[in-house]
Amino acid sequence: MSGLHDALHAPRGRNGRAPDPLRVGGWMPMREFAGDEAVDFVIVGTGAGGGTLACKLAEAGFSVIGMDAGAWWRPLEEFASDEAHQEKLFWTDERICDGDNPLKLGSNNSGKSVGGSTVHFAMVSLRFRPEWFKSRSLLGYGADWPLDWREMWHYYREVEQALKISGPVTYPWGPPRPRYPYRAHEINAAGWVLAQGCEALGIKWTETPLATLSAPRGQAHPCVYRGFCVTGCATNAKQSALITWIPRAVKAGAEIRDLAMVGRVETDATSGLVTGVHYHREGQWRFQRARNVVVAGYAIETPRLLLNSANARYPDGLANSSGLVGKNLMVQTNQGVYGLMEDEIRWYKGPPSLTITEHWNYHDTDKDFFGGYAYMGQGPLPQAWASTQAGNRGLWGEALLREMEKYNHQAGLKICGEVLPQERNRVTLAEEKDQYGLPIARVTFSLCDNDKALVKHSIKFMTQAMQAVNAREIWAEPDDTAHLNGTARMGNDPATSVVDADCRSWDIRNLWICDGSVFPTVGGVNPSLTIQAIACRTGDRIKQMATRGEL
Amino acid sequence: MPERYPGYDVLAKRDTLSWNDASREVIAERLATLDVPTFFNEEEWRTLRAICDRIIPQPDHATAVPLAAMVDRKVAQDRRDGYRQASLPPLQEAWRRGLAALDAEAQAKHGARFHALASDLQDELLTATQRGELRRPEWQGMPSHTFFMERITHDILAAYYCHPKAWNEIGFGGPASPRGYVRMYFNRRDPWEAAEATPGHEDEARKANERIA
Repeated sequence: MSGLHDALHAPRGRNGRAPDPLRVGGWMPMREFAGDEAVDFVIVGTGAGGGTLACKLAEAGFSVIGMDAGAWWRPLEEFASDEAHQEKLFWTDERICDGDNPLKLGSNNSGKSVGGSTVHFAMVSLRFRPEWFKSRSLLGYGADWPLDWREMWHYYREVEQALKISGPVTYPWGPPRPRYPYRAHEINAAGWVLAQGCEALGIKWTETPLATLSAPRGQAHPCVYRGFCVTGCATNAKQSALITWIPRAVKAGAEIRDLAMVGRVETDATSGLVTGVHYHREGQWRFQRARNVVVAGYAIETPRLLLNSANARYPDGLANSSGLVGKNLMVQTNQGVYGLMEDEIRWYKGPPSLTITEHWNYHDTDKDFFGGYAYMGQGPLPQAWASTQAGNRGLWGEALLREMEKYNHQAGLKICGEVLPQERNRVTLAEEKDQYGLPIARVTFSLCDNDKALVKHSIKFMTQAMQAVNAREIWAEPDDTAHLNGTARMGNDPATSVVDADCRSWDIRNLWICDGSVFPTVGGVNPSLTIQAIACRTGDRIKQMATRGEL
Repeated sequence: MPERYPGYDVLAKRDTLSWNDASREVIAERLATLDVPTFFNEEEWRTLRAICDRIIPQPDHATAVPLAAMVDRKVAQDRRDGYRQASLPPLQEAWRRGLAALDAEAQAKHGARFHALASDLQDELLTATQRGELRRPEWQGMPSHTFFMERITHDILAAYYCHPKAWNEIGFGGPASPRGYVRMYFNRRDPWEAAEATPGHEDEARKANERIA
């Protein structure tokens, strides 16, 4: 077994080379920097935010080091078709969860690998509804973003092209967008259940835009519909940061350090500027000098690092003069409605969410709540399905075994639902320490009445949709969440935000934050495309500012 | 209850294109799990085994999945989930405390340890655990329903449904790389997928399942 876990035990990005994830046993040359060499940017985290930005900055000619606490995997030879084994991709270090609705972390919302959680995400690649960037002004809730949707539309396109997103020719909602780079995937039976339900209820649906190949691309071949998407793609059809942005970054001269856990960002006592990062790699703490530091650890690790970096000058943590670091943690509600079909569905085949409706993201009447939700077809693997049955219906013993036998006839719909930002939902530091001796995160989360009203509406509607396709034994899953955002929001005012529109912290001008933490609101779509679009924009803005001498 | 997928054995695909080397290695190691404790002591082990037998009844001991041993390995290796409700102690301590508390509840109520009780009494105690009704001092403040949800069912079901025997029962295709699937529509079965028995036609399904490669 040791071979399949090798990447967890010794770093691979060193001695002038890095793993080439697209070739079995392959390597690619990698530039390396010395610890006392102040690089232009150290980026902490290499997922949707950090991996993308590392690529953009390296291609713009900056010297860049990306650090990741996780391993640098070779999917073709090291990924098994197995839910249990692939937990090696998850962030399973301890976190303490409390609040009225304690979160479950570690699987669908946290990754620990070069490439971050994009290595095991469900590949759903959606644009925000334009109005969400000004939800306070236009829709009356949440907070406005300091970004303009038309500019984001441009960056969404850049990411869709970079990942060769497969999707429909015309997307049914929102302002016109170009056709997706690759054709939509064939729809599985689970996806047709959604489509037929929508048609029966008179709302639109479409093929879900997905970051998995529907045609060959370079050394990667198209998706073979193996269905293990959320446990890591073993064929490289999935366009994760690991196989897209990271190889591009390395080729452009970035260094990526795997198994490198950053524990503290250092600041200069006189200037107050950041000077580099302390990180743990190969058994010891090391220091890397940097002219700029970008924190891109996602909405728990990012505030944790900023808070753990508190010092005499910044006693409340870095970039925290607003007091908002760690606050406004947002998940997305992820409730489902399931039913039994006469037909064989075999929902383990293909990507889990091949069809979608964004009706309730774009339709503003007939709602008793703010915000929106999309819902998608589902395809849980056996462990996940058993956990859903036990967790929501309390089943065990013979009753559970009988339900599980119906697996191949089950179909379901699940939302990606907006929650409102609330300051009481937050990441703080616990007393307990992790394996590096660093205080672990305490994650406090409670749904508000608006969140609950949205969930209730969605369950009612999806139940009707399942009834409309003659599903039997319909039941609702009241308790699940996905994704993590907020905790370092962007804005126009240093008093009410942590970073500006360029992801630059108000307090320390050479400290940046570039991941889902900067979201002021979450909308009702999966966040990865927006995170990558923000990273692309930030990369372009940094290049412009450098040209003008504004860094 | 008649088998839904008679004759289906996902392991028959082990040497086909559906399994890559990584999957073969992972499943082989899982199947080699010895049914002995490495973390729990003898008393805890008996209690854990008795709980597993009620959560996933496996009357045929010859083919039973060694659930207690699989849970034991997770706990021994301290393989945590990436979160823990604030009311629970860490993984190893939660299991130690919960097993001792269940035994104490059994002693107090029935004068015998949990494993020695008849199965209906065991189920009764597990139901009370699930409902959060058990509050003896041995729980040390750990809510019994949280222990039931986050440890008992969470860990035992995860152990069972990562085992090929469970996949056979539910007709799951199992490992699928590099070969995935081709037939995606309603009621379409790839020849390397489990065939479901319809009443009166079990033999047809059995024959189809025996041809799987």
